[in-house]
Amino acid sequence: MTPFKPVLLEAVGVPDGHTLASYRGRGGYAPLEATLAQKQPNDVVEMVKASGLRGRGGAGFSTGLKWTFLPKDHPGPIYLCVNADESEPGTFNNRILMEDDPHQVLEGTILSSFATRASTAYLYLRYEYPRSWHRLQAAIDECYAAGLLGRNILGSGFSLDIYLHRGAAAYICGEETGLIESLEGKRAWPRIKPPFPAIEGVFKKPTVVNNIETMACVAQIARRGVDWFKSIGVPADPNNPRDPGSYGPKLYCLSGHVEKPGCYEAPLGITLRQLVDQHGGGVWKGRRAKAAIPGGISMGLFTEAEFDTPLDFAGPGKVGCLGLGTAAVVVIDDQTSIVDFLHNSCRFFAHESCGQCTPCREGTSWSLRILERIRAGRGRLKDLDILLELGTTMGMMPGSTICGLADGAAWPIKNAINKFRGEFEDFIKRTNPAGWMVTDPVPALTIVGAH
Amino acid sequence: MASVIVDGREIEIGGHERLNCIEAARRAGQEIPHYCWHPGLSVVASCRMCLIETGQRDPATGKVTMVPKLVPGCQTPVKDGTVIVTESEKVRESRARVEEALLIDHPIDCPICDKAGECLLQDYHFEHGQAERRADLHPFTSRKRDVGPTVTLFVDRCIMCTRCVRFTREVSGTGELMVTSRGAKEEIDVFPGFPLDNKLAGNVVDLCPVGALGDKDFLYQQRVWFLKREANVCSGCAAGCSIFTEHNQDTVYRLKPRENPDVNRWWMCDDGRYGWHHLHDAARILAAGRRGAGTAACAGAFAAVEWADVVASLRADLERSGRLAVAVSPMLTVEDAWLLCSVARSIDERAFLALGHVPAAGDDESFPGGFTIRAEKCPNRNGVEEVLAAFGSGGRGWDDLLAHVAAGHADAAWVTAGYPRPWIDEPTAATFSGLSCLVVQDLFDSPLTALATWRLPAAGFAERAGTWVNVAHHAQSFRQAIRPPAGVWPEGRLYWNMLGRRGLYDPATVRQEMAAASAPFAALADDPPATGVDLRVRQLA
Repeated sequence: MTPFKPVLLEAVGVPDGHTLASYRGRGGYAPLEATLAQKQPNDVVEMVKASGLRGRGGAGFSTGLKWTFLPKDHPGPIYLCVNADESEPGTFNNRILMEDDPHQVLEGTILSSFATRASTAYLYLRYEYPRSWHRLQAAIDECYAAGLLGRNILGSGFSLDIYLHRGAAAYICGEETGLIESLEGKRAWPRIKPPFPAIEGVFKKPTVVNNIETMACVAQIARRGVDWFKSIGVPADPNNPRDPGSYGPKLYCLSGHVEKPGCYEAPLGITLRQLVDQHGGGVWKGRRAKAAIPGGISMGLFTEAEFDTPLDFAGPGKVGCLGLGTAAVVVIDDQTSIVDFLHNSCRFFAHESCGQCTPCREGTSWSLRILERIRAGRGRLKDLDILLELGTTMGMMPGSTICGLADGAAWPIKNAINKFRGEFEDFIKRTNPAGWMVTDPVPALTIVGAH
Repeated sequence: MASVIVDGREIEIGGHERLNCIEAARRAGQEIPHYCWHPGLSVVASCRMCLIETGQRDPATGKVTMVPKLVPGCQTPVKDGTVIVTESEKVRESRARVEEALLIDHPIDCPICDKAGECLLQDYHFEHGQAERRADLHPFTSRKRDVGPTVTLFVDRCIMCTRCVRFTREVSGTGELMVTSRGAKEEIDVFPGFPLDNKLAGNVVDLCPVGALGDKDFLYQQRVWFLKREANVCSGCAAGCSIFTEHNQDTVYRLKPRENPDVNRWWMCDDGRYGWHHLHDAARILAAGRRGAGTAACAGAFAAVEWADVVASLRADLERSGRLAVAVSPMLTVEDAWLLCSVARSIDERAFLALGHVPAAGDDESFPGGFTIRAEKCPNRNGVEEVLAAFGSGGRGWDDLLAHVAAGHADAAWVTAGYPRPWIDEPTAATFSGLSCLVVQDLFDSPLTALATWRLPAAGFAERAGTWVNVAHHAQSFRQAIRPPAGVWPEGRLYWNMLGRRGLYDPATVRQEMAAASAPFAALADDPPATGVDLRVRQLA
């Protein structure tokens, strides 16, 4: 196998790779100029559809198909939102793209706006990324100066303004409609659907929300062609008509207990073991891995035995995980307690639950309190059943919440307990020898606070 | 027409109706529990209590395809062939889990909570919850804080349905309330320095499905299960909002809006809501009295007169005096007004009849949600004007009456009032000073009662029965909620007896007579529904 040559991360390590001149030197903006001169918006939509590009933000929905949901012949305005509120734990690929190659992202954004006939694009940036903010703003300024943004771009008649919006650091703002609400200046409570954003999004106008990495892929598809893109990755499963395949390069964020953590570009379909061994230099300190998060904490857990699962859009689902997510792999070595892992995960989701839907608001906080009690040596085996029930009933998939954050909170609970139940039971029995078997309901309140 | 199948039972709904599953199920007699949904507010589908199973029946084959996951009933519209399942195992489990989740952070301080007894959290817990408490908890606090001059927030009782927040944004348009913090630490709050003080603020207490928002006026005054409620109409302004008067042992404790799509929808204003305290004011006139003989310089005091004697001697006094002028108060019901005009004409067949004083304050005040507080602070000007027109005295107002009396065209005057606030100044009252007999019927003493020969008590709004016609000519009939204080006869009862009619005063009988005798009141012939009838529409038909 010939070593895969990074495309999306081409500019990493290049001196001044983030500047317009450097990007142009790598062939950047030539595809945009050709597209604006020769093609119609629909040609770009068809190109992206043909490439099989699936959204890189987590859900893996077909990007071209998403664009076709916009109403035809809409008088406008139509908005494009680029989701750069990258806050899934373990994920930092958008950051690399924005810091090291912002023009690649912008070219993709301009192409996507052209395809969707949007004349305004909003880049919703996570607050904690000041360097991305400066680099992107500088790149946008360069584009305006070079006539690549603004009125009548390159004489094509197409106009586009890009606004860089800095969020206020909340996980829920990465949810498609939470982002839209936040952009409108409201509390980022995800909206009920329908109407979907393609029909009624930002300011009640048709809106497309795409990820930063998706934008970079669009730029690369325009530069290198559909055939190049389709030559990478995993083709569609012929036995599964609902599998659209996983094509193209992907940025994998590798962190946790590995020797060389970092953001690595690889073809979709690389197995987790390959990623850890070939790119990450193996598990750190010569230890063995116990588990790994396949794509951000909300996707669940792989056991060490499942490391040969390919990290494409269909792979993690086959071993009971939620999906590929953001392809952020966090390796957990064999000296780490899964109880601690789950406690940390629950703490994150209890903190980040937006609090709109009852099952998620109360479920995330309850699961955290149970885990706090277990870690404090007062756990009972019955708690595992309660946790598992919370894990299986909370989320958009059982229908009990509006958005997918609850599914993301539920999956680590469900996976950790199903796959590591023995370790939980051992921990509870060891730390609570007197009470681990108690199944009585927790006694009623002892004190009621006075008014 | 479209048919919807609720728990196997098929019901028909209008083809143009846009109902959600909760409304459709209600038509079929099935109540889907819900907290956050309210027909008057936007849909957020966040409490997840109304999760149900739905499906679609294929019109050709009749085959039903169910949606695999649960859906919120509030957010799911019904169309022809929609199948709703409200009582499956899956639905019941889901409700039990939502109930359990809501109680995790709830203080369960029902014994000291004002909402106990009418609390959805209580009701749903008994119906849908589970007896066993699995959550591990720390001792609770029940913090409270003021969010406005009339409303207290019990922070920990809140279940975050956000009805109150949406109300202040969508209906009152003032947006004082908001959600702060995130996740289980979320709280309702106001921004510092911007309290919840709009004129519709009291509605958030009604909207609150639990005991989180408390009405300071009602707080700790009465357990709700002691309260009885009577469908009444607010007398605060010409809007005539439908209300419930909630009372116990002839004491009113609070007013609540009563849903009426034609008048006030679900709301009422705070002026009306707290406008009942005058009923129990110690300063009220509580007995009929006739002024004893005094000197010209110093009139004698009122001597109490038994009501049976009032009936006879009042008529005798007025007949003796000669030309009579009568002010028919817009606080009276149309039945009262009708009888009063009849009495007046039976005493002096050329009696001058005019509309009484119409109190007004400011301008009409409209809110974004469509609610309007009227500047005219009386409930029945339109009704009394119709009655006067039926007696050939249409178009005469209070100023006409003052001019009539001032010009010396009257020897006696009968002024009905019943206003909760001071309404007449001394110079105006002096117009009536030269009469040989002045009858004043009012709630409180005023410069006019100082001149009166007869001082008769009036009934408060909850103590009357009858019909009021609001600013939009919408007539609503209502019954008496509480008995007036001992010694007070409602006006209608006095007039009924003065006309020599047998039996107890019965407004319904008077309504029938009015409907037969006067075209504008024809609509009142059938017992009008609780939401009332539009008099003009019925005339056109």
